[in-house]
Amino acid sequence: MTSNNGKSDAVIETIGLKKEFNGIEVLKGISVKIQKQEVVCIIGPSGSGKSTFLRCLNLLEKPTSGQIFIEGIDITSPACNIDLIRTNMGMVFQNFNLFPHMSVIENITLGPRKIKKTPLQKANQQAMILLSKVGLKEKANSYPEELSGGQKQRVAIARALAMQPKVMLFDEPTSALDPEMIGEVLDVMKSLAYEGMTMVVVTHEMGFAKEVSDRVLFIDDGLVVEDNKPELLFQNPENPRTKSFLSKVL
Amino acid sequence: MGIYKWLLYVYKKLPLLAEGTLLTLELTFIAVSLGFVIGTFAGIGRLSKNKFVKTIAAIYIDFIRGTPLLVQILLVYMGLPQIIGKPIPAMLAAIVSLSINSGAYVAEIVRAGIQSIDKGQMEASRSLGMTHSQTMRYIILPQAFRRIIPPLGNEFIAMLKDSSLVSVIALEELMRKAQLVYTRDYRPFDILFAVSIIYLIMTLSISQLVRYSERRLRVNDKQ
Ligand SMILES: Nc1ncnc2c1ncn2[C@@H]1O[C@H](COP(=O)(O)OP(=O)(O)OP(=O)(O)O)[C@@H](O)[C@H]1O
Ligand SMILES: [Mg+2]
Repeated sequence: MTSNNGKSDAVIETIGLKKEFNGIEVLKGISVKIQKQEVVCIIGPSGSGKSTFLRCLNLLEKPTSGQIFIEGIDITSPACNIDLIRTNMGMVFQNFNLFPHMSVIENITLGPRKIKKTPLQKANQQAMILLSKVGLKEKANSYPEELSGGQKQRVAIARALAMQPKVMLFDEPTSALDPEMIGEVLDVMKSLAYEGMTMVVVTHEMGFAKEVSDRVLFIDDGLVVEDNKPELLFQNPENPRTKSFLSKVL
Repeated sequence: MGIYKWLLYVYKKLPLLAEGTLLTLELTFIAVSLGFVIGTFAGIGRLSKNKFVKTIAAIYIDFIRGTPLLVQILLVYMGLPQIIGKPIPAMLAAIVSLSINSGAYVAEIVRAGIQSIDKGQMEASRSLGMTHSQTMRYIILPQAFRRIIPPLGNEFIAMLKDSSLVSVIALEELMRKAQLVYTRDYRPFDILFAVSIIYLIMTLSISQLVRYSERRLRVNDKQ
């Protein structure tokens, strides 16, 4: 259950990951390894299974079959304590999902206080450091509804970081934003990447993928069709499906 | 009959009516409060993944909502003593039956309130590593409770009116007081009309409060 099969020090490894919804196979056997400090972008057409794949990684979706290892631990095993695994994996959603009944700083300190039992004062200090990192120190006592989309998403990133995760999962973090706010969120993500955070990012921002990622996965119809360095994948796609997708989005 | 005669008559009965009104309010308040506790558990139970819990909650809710309150009151007051072999005081029987009744209606309100919370809230909280029950406690229920204040107010109004049914077990709340008065004075219209007005004042005041809280909540939601 807790072996890493002697294979690697991959932070995330999926083996033959499949997922069905009501008998329809959405993921058709995905095997991927993601190393420490790697930034992996996932691109692909709408409905191809990108979100489902990402959500399987912290078991927000339960895979139908296959295995997922997080730092060598098989999280698909019934004996695995998924709550504990999740504390090491931050997730950022397209729609932010901030807690509307809590102030910004309460959003950020909730996890550390309730899960790690961090004392209030220390949790607040750490939250303020995170807030200045995402450039929102002055918004500590605001409520989510008082923030712009870009600000909300930066708070959501700070909230995820407050648990000091080893991996960050992003599901189209800029897709719900007005164009002028996309940059501020991508900048935060970039600085995170340069600090060495392991990141898996589902995105339509091809510029970000090219500039920041170490690897790009192209997912189509529930399968990883191409998996390569960004410069190779974008300039010289091997698969005709990748080619045709890129010709539409670039 | 002049209105002055009526007013004078009601005025004389005012102490009695006040006693009845107080008991009616007391019963309603206790029933809805206990109903709120019962209903919160039953409403959460109704949404549980555990089949057993879910079934128990569903049977409770459906049984209560599908049978007349009058039958429930008598079932507790007259029926239960047959089983347990000793009588139950009317006050206790009234509180038990009204609370259990209110609980079933509150359960449906709570269930709807929980279901109205975006599922992204649950996912965001769970993805932090919070357990299901921590998420319910800190994220889902606080938001759901805010939303159900207006329907809870309506439940309070309904219970205030329905509590008049406990007059059948001789508990001297407002309705029973009226009955006692008209069987003695033979002026049923006068006293029943007065009682109607008292109920009306109470329900209108509460619905004003509900409307006010609705407005407040809408403002908070926008901000
Ligand atoms: N909870 C669900 N129940 C049923 N079907 C689902 C569910 N979630 C996703 N699907 C289906 O699975 C398929 C893959 O969805 P997914 O959200 O993973 O795609 P995606 O690649 O993220 O698309 P997009 O770019 O539009 O976000 C779609 O056909 C979708 O309708
Ligand atoms: Mg998606």
